[in-house]
Amino acid sequence: MRSSGAGNPSLIAGGVVVAILAAAAAVGPLWIQADPLATDLTRVLAAPGPGHWLGCDALGRDLLARALWGARLSLTVSTTVVLLSLMAGGLIGASAALAGGRVDSIVMRAVDMVLAFPGFLLALALAAILGPGIFDLVVALTAMGWTGYARLVRGEVLTLREREFVAAARALGAPPLRLLLRHMVPALAGPVAVQATFGIGGIIVAESALSFLGVGARPPTPSWGNMLDSARALLLVAPHLAIVPGAAIGVSVLGFNLLGDGLAQAMGRDQ
Amino acid sequence: MLRYLLRRLAAFVPVALGVATLTFALIHLVPGDPAVAMLGDVAGPADIVNLRHDLGLDRPIAEQYASFLWDLAHGDLGQSISMRTPVARLIAERFPATLELTAAGLLVAIAIAFPLGLVAGARPGGAADLSAMTFAILGISVPHLCLGPLLMIVFSLELGWLPLTGRGGLAHLALPAITLGTGLAAILARMMRQSLIAVRSADYIRTARAKGLSAFAALIRHGLRNALTPVITLLGLEAGALLTGAIVTEMIFSWPGMGRLMIGAINARDYPLVEGCVLTFALAYVAANMLTDLAYGMADPRIRLTRNRGRGE
Repeated sequence: MRSSGAGNPSLIAGGVVVAILAAAAAVGPLWIQADPLATDLTRVLAAPGPGHWLGCDALGRDLLARALWGARLSLTVSTTVVLLSLMAGGLIGASAALAGGRVDSIVMRAVDMVLAFPGFLLALALAAILGPGIFDLVVALTAMGWTGYARLVRGEVLTLREREFVAAARALGAPPLRLLLRHMVPALAGPVAVQATFGIGGIIVAESALSFLGVGARPPTPSWGNMLDSARALLLVAPHLAIVPGAAIGVSVLGFNLLGDGLAQAMGRDQ
Repeated sequence: MLRYLLRRLAAFVPVALGVATLTFALIHLVPGDPAVAMLGDVAGPADIVNLRHDLGLDRPIAEQYASFLWDLAHGDLGQSISMRTPVARLIAERFPATLELTAAGLLVAIAIAFPLGLVAGARPGGAADLSAMTFAILGISVPHLCLGPLLMIVFSLELGWLPLTGRGGLAHLALPAITLGTGLAAILARMMRQSLIAVRSADYIRTARAKGLSAFAALIRHGLRNALTPVITLLGLEAGALLTGAIVTEMIFSWPGMGRLMIGAINARDYPLVEGCVLTFALAYVAANMLTDLAYGMADPRIRLTRNRGRGE
């Protein structure tokens, strides 16, 4: 029995948080109508109140608007990175598993070599060298993430290869690509979806960290990470500057982690 | 035992070489001219050519790579452009601070995870379990980036119990160490709980109970040791990641370690220093994983006696 509903609180809680986040990112910036880049020097470090519900930053920019645009940035970047990592890593892992033998060995050695290098450091170095720009940020983060999917998909495909329905399809003459896409992808979807959900949370953290360190999204582009960086020097006088982006990151990651947990539980019960 | 040790140490060399090569490739093969990046927009063509020559960037790439490896073998990481000091010396000055922070983070993680996981796993489904696992999901989800400033606001600004930034005595180490270690603590606590629950249904536990021990005593006295094995494995795997996690923590707390050195180098476009820092972090990460492998092999004879230790799956 698939466990959704009352038996799976993580799935519900996570689903709700992610849905709210997605809605905020999609609709928020349009609805709020405040310009996240518009400075107002009469409202520098304004505390939360009517008109500016989360207050203003050091340049008088509305924090709620910046937080919502930051949500859009984080969600767009993280889902793009996860999709790219998934496709690249998945293709490499599946090809290695289907090819087998020497090819598989060589490919997995290469993956191990990349994995020996700490992931976040790789993203940091790449982002620093490639320079500013969202595209470069996406490339840097994808370089960090693809290996996990390569390993996962390879493992799953190796198992699936021995299953009867795959053997039957192969006996009927299905070429490897059809084997993969038509027959294996539906079985792969579950574990990959779980990993991808956790992955989105992880990339939100990584992107925020890179922006915080000054190599991700650069000011004035609003990103939760660079908002936290600007807030550091002003913690004493305006802690709300740090609390807003900090809470945003924490709640987003929590939501995706709960959702991932819930999905894993739902699939676990299914088996 | 010695053969196992030598085998694992021999495996370190190709991995270290691979990591060094990847670092070299990152700096030299990624699009963009380091000399242009370092000098900025105002540089004339002559300045760029001179800098490229000074840094040896006008040599063939193979020659640069060979020279890079040769220098590395001799502990020469080049000269920092912005600080006019050998990179190796700068790193040697800052690395101990990063190690101190990482070690403290590790201790905090173990100190929190052990009792929490034990309490949760010994009585699953109870109130303690629920609280422990709530902490765990929060700890895993709230990154260093958020936890650091939060702890600063509460313990330094509001309560005034601990200093805000910088390195000094134990008081200065407390908040950074807690920030760094909490995420790991949460992961370890969860693993410990899972592990204890799995061990509960083992035959030897049932035997102990049949002999008259209470469920709790049987678990602690007989099951705990076995339950710890996957936790220690996980600890080893994640300990290396603490090193890179220290980068963000150092920036938050202005901790004078290698992470701050590296970020400063990035901002100053000091490529030799960036390369040296990236390389040191990466090699330290590999060394940490290697040490874990060694320790695990020495603790569990089955590991070192198995011929084909599976790579990957």
